Amino acid sequence: MANPLYRKHIISIPDFSREELELVVETAGKLKRNPRNDLLQGKLVGSCFFEPSTRTRLSFETAVQRLGGDIIGFADGGNTSAKKGETLADSIKIISSYADAVVMRHPKEGAARLASEFSSVPVINGGDGSNQHPTQTLLDLFTIRETQGTLENLTIAFVGDLKYGRTVHSLTQALSLFGARFYFVAPEQLAMPEYICEELDEKGIEYTLVDSLDDVIPLVDIMYMTRVQRERFDEAEFKKIQGQFVLRADMLKTARTNMKVMHPLPRVDEITVDVDATPHAYYFEQAKNGVYARQALLSLVLNETV
Amino acid sequence: MQYTRTVEALKQGTVIDHIPAGQGVNILRLFKLAETGERITVGLNLSSRHMGAKDIIKVENVALTEEQANELALFAPKATVNVIDNFEVVKKHKLELPESIEGIFACPNSNCISHAEPVKSFFSVRAQSKDVKMKCKYCEKVFSKDIVAVVR
Ligand SMILES: [Zn+2]
Repeated sequence: MANPLYRKHIISIPDFSREELELVVETAGKLKRNPRNDLLQGKLVGSCFFEPSTRTRLSFETAVQRLGGDIIGFADGGNTSAKKGETLADSIKIISSYADAVVMRHPKEGAARLASEFSSVPVINGGDGSNQHPTQTLLDLFTIRETQGTLENLTIAFVGDLKYGRTVHSLTQALSLFGARFYFVAPEQLAMPEYICEELDEKGIEYTLVDSLDDVIPLVDIMYMTRVQRERFDEAEFKKIQGQFVLRADMLKTARTNMKVMHPLPRVDEITVDVDATPHAYYFEQAKNGVYARQALLSLVLNETV
Repeated sequence: MQYTRTVEALKQGTVIDHIPAGQGVNILRLFKLAETGERITVGLNLSSRHMGAKDIIKVENVALTEEQANELALFAPKATVNVIDNFEVVKKHKLELPESIEGIFACPNSNCISHAEPVKSFFSVRAQSKDVKMKCKYCEKVFSKDIVAVVR
């Protein structure tokens, strides 16, 4: 029997069942332990970046090539037919006729869903505007599972910009399928959006809004840091909150031994460099895991069994 | 009945009554009723014993479908939609919120891909305590009904 993601579009985390998320995470673990260079042999993947994103693109392209696949595509859609007024629908019809799967990033929300309606091959969303970035969520889940040995009943703090951070929203939705307990640590102006809190209420998931980072450090298995962007505040406001959402090594004394600090990167100053040397730092390994999570997804979408 | 005195009786077609005053024109435009080419009679700000003021629309020779009637429920949940044949009511639609609504409203998110592409807008509809929420299939943003269900 074919795996449940075979020939499926990968657009949005809420489309995934718990079992499908587990399958990707498990497959990523297998590929990290036993690298394979044959799973994408003879497969051609279209890599269509309608807006540039070097990190995501390199991670996907590494994943494809490590698995023995080939890549065509473009890194900056600004130079392509979209500029000349071609619809995304038309672009995707053409590209999908060349490739076995299409990885795409686009500045507009909903672009990947729309592309999937016109594509003859699976579409994998590498980010659509401020909406979804499912492979980031999958690599986060894989990292959490790798460090904690399970996804069940974990306690997770999200820190920083919880309003605009799409990775935070999707990861919250995904973890709530596994009975998580959340702490949301954010300035009032960047609090978790109401619709996410409402979803958690409906599912009976426990969460607490906290304004002090120190209070949650001893309570959590995962500390997920994000960047508070200066541009979101005026000068006076920023002064008030500056420093409140910064993690320093000396704050980690009360942390559980299993506690890991994650960050989608790039970081600026929200995690001081002295944290890097502590056993809690895991953000660089997390970035590396992006390649395995994307390998897992590509393998599952393009092979009946892995 | 109030409207029989204010608006001429209809031989065949659909009567949409008990529309909240002010919504009649919106409904005409959104559902493109005038484009049917049929004769339409509209009454605005008529007095109503239950509603204070109401609007009413009569469309000749057009029988509104169940689906269209349910779409109406988004703006005028208490409206009555009666299909008339030979001066008699042959069908009274009971308005229920539709599960989804396609192609009538534009997505309020200006950065949504649906605006510039050959697709119809599509929202899933969900009643939530006192509000009705609409989620765009494309950008996945959730809006309160009052933000989506407006004439642009
Ligand atoms: Zn939209």
